[in-house]
Amino acid sequence: MPDTITMEVWRYRPERESEPTWDSYEVPLRKEWAVLDGLNHIKDQLDGTLSYRWSCRMGICGSCGMTVNGEPKLGCSTFLTDYAPGPVRVEPLHNFPVIRDLVVEMGDFMAKLPTVKPWLVSDDEPDEDTEYRQTPVEMDDYKRYSMCINCMLCYAACPVYALDPEFIGPAAIALAQRYNLDSRDSGAEDRRDVLASAEGVWACTFVGECSVACPKDVDPAGAIQRYKLTAANKAVRDLLLPRGAR
Amino acid sequence: MTTKRSPEPLLWLLFSSGGMVAAMLVPVLLFLFGVAFPLGWLSPPDHAYLASVVSHPITLLVLFGLCVLALFHWAHRFRYTLYDGLQLKKHRVPITILCYGGAVAGSIVAALVLLRAI
Amino acid sequence: MSAQRLYRPPVSLTWWLRKPSYLVFVLRELSSVFIAWFVVYLLMLVYAVGSDPAAYRDFLDLSANPALVVLNVIALAFVVLHAVTWFGLAPKAMVIRLGALRVPPGVILAAHYAAWLVVSAVVAWVVLR
Repeated sequence: MPDTITMEVWRYRPERESEPTWDSYEVPLRKEWAVLDGLNHIKDQLDGTLSYRWSCRMGICGSCGMTVNGEPKLGCSTFLTDYAPGPVRVEPLHNFPVIRDLVVEMGDFMAKLPTVKPWLVSDDEPDEDTEYRQTPVEMDDYKRYSMCINCMLCYAACPVYALDPEFIGPAAIALAQRYNLDSRDSGAEDRRDVLASAEGVWACTFVGECSVACPKDVDPAGAIQRYKLTAANKAVRDLLLPRGAR
Repeated sequence: MTTKRSPEPLLWLLFSSGGMVAAMLVPVLLFLFGVAFPLGWLSPPDHAYLASVVSHPITLLVLFGLCVLALFHWAHRFRYTLYDGLQLKKHRVPITILCYGGAVAGSIVAALVLLRAI
Repeated sequence: MSAQRLYRPPVSLTWWLRKPSYLVFVLRELSSVFIAWFVVYLLMLVYAVGSDPAAYRDFLDLSANPALVVLNVIALAFVVLHAVTWFGLAPKAMVIRLGALRVPPGVILAAHYAAWLVVSAVVAWVVLR
């Protein structure tokens, strides 16, 4: 195994230039090093001006989303040896405006998330001395969708989001489903307006790349398709049943 | 809170049923009448037999259902292909009219052609 | 915080050529055009059948035209792509539970292919008998 690998990193320094550039760095190629370790080496030893987000370095915080050789990846979970002999091209996460270097502006998602009410909406809460009870089967219904770490790789992979930034996006819908399908929740109707709008589930054309990109196997594509069926059934019932029976 | 009365869910149901029906019926029919018979791999049915099959009420119903659903499947999918593939979403009104109007027109033609075959 | 000049990378018109999965997706979407073509072709056939034996024979001759055969072979490829991708995606939208167990996606997929086989066999039998 060679000693080093080249990392070509996309740079955008708005205080210096208005157009992005690429910088090349030789980084040690260690068996256990991820792209994040490479970036940390660059920042520590080679070029302190490089900006990027990271935190837990173990694939649970969702901070280090970036594009590695054209694919959306978590920097901490993507290993340099998988790209040997290199070079490894590192760019910011696709489909988001770039603030600087590998740091993207996530305000769009942060604004969309609360609109799907990602919390338990409950008509009646249990008494103070009891708790919500849920069977393992009931938990299984939504557990997969609760694994989302908000890393935004799904938005980077989604061509619909690339072309139509109004689209609410895979993670937001998956998170809404996490609550819709939770037996403790009764807020499905509250979420319906946003989810069943033209920029909600209906904008999705089931490309499926979001589920491919997801590092936590949430399967947002599946969540979206299931909601399409749910929403379509509700629309038919609204049409056929008189107002009082709904 | 009022529910959004977007036609999208119903259009999606049409798209979805059309996709299923088309997936089930079109390959075999296209294989037979578009490839196997013209290339002489199988001999086509004679006119009298085919006419009796086509004019049967069940066949008429199935074929009409296939045509209508397949056309609405095309309309929905093609609309989104134009939006995303060719980035024409700003022309959504004429595109919507073209696609669903085409499906409606095709359905009417299908009804007329099938009734004529009775 | 100083004013940010956010950089917004443009989306190219050939975004769908960037990845094989995007290309397959676009081809899958284009298959709808060939589904619509089939409806046209089917109605041409029904029109001929609803006329007289001569019209039917003319249709059969037309269908043997090399250009039309090429078109229909291409159409068949796209229509099969539609069917295969459709069945592949169906298990994702349908979560069917029998008691505590979820029906495995593989079973739903197999059921679709089985139905496809049965329907095709019935249609072929009706046409060819």
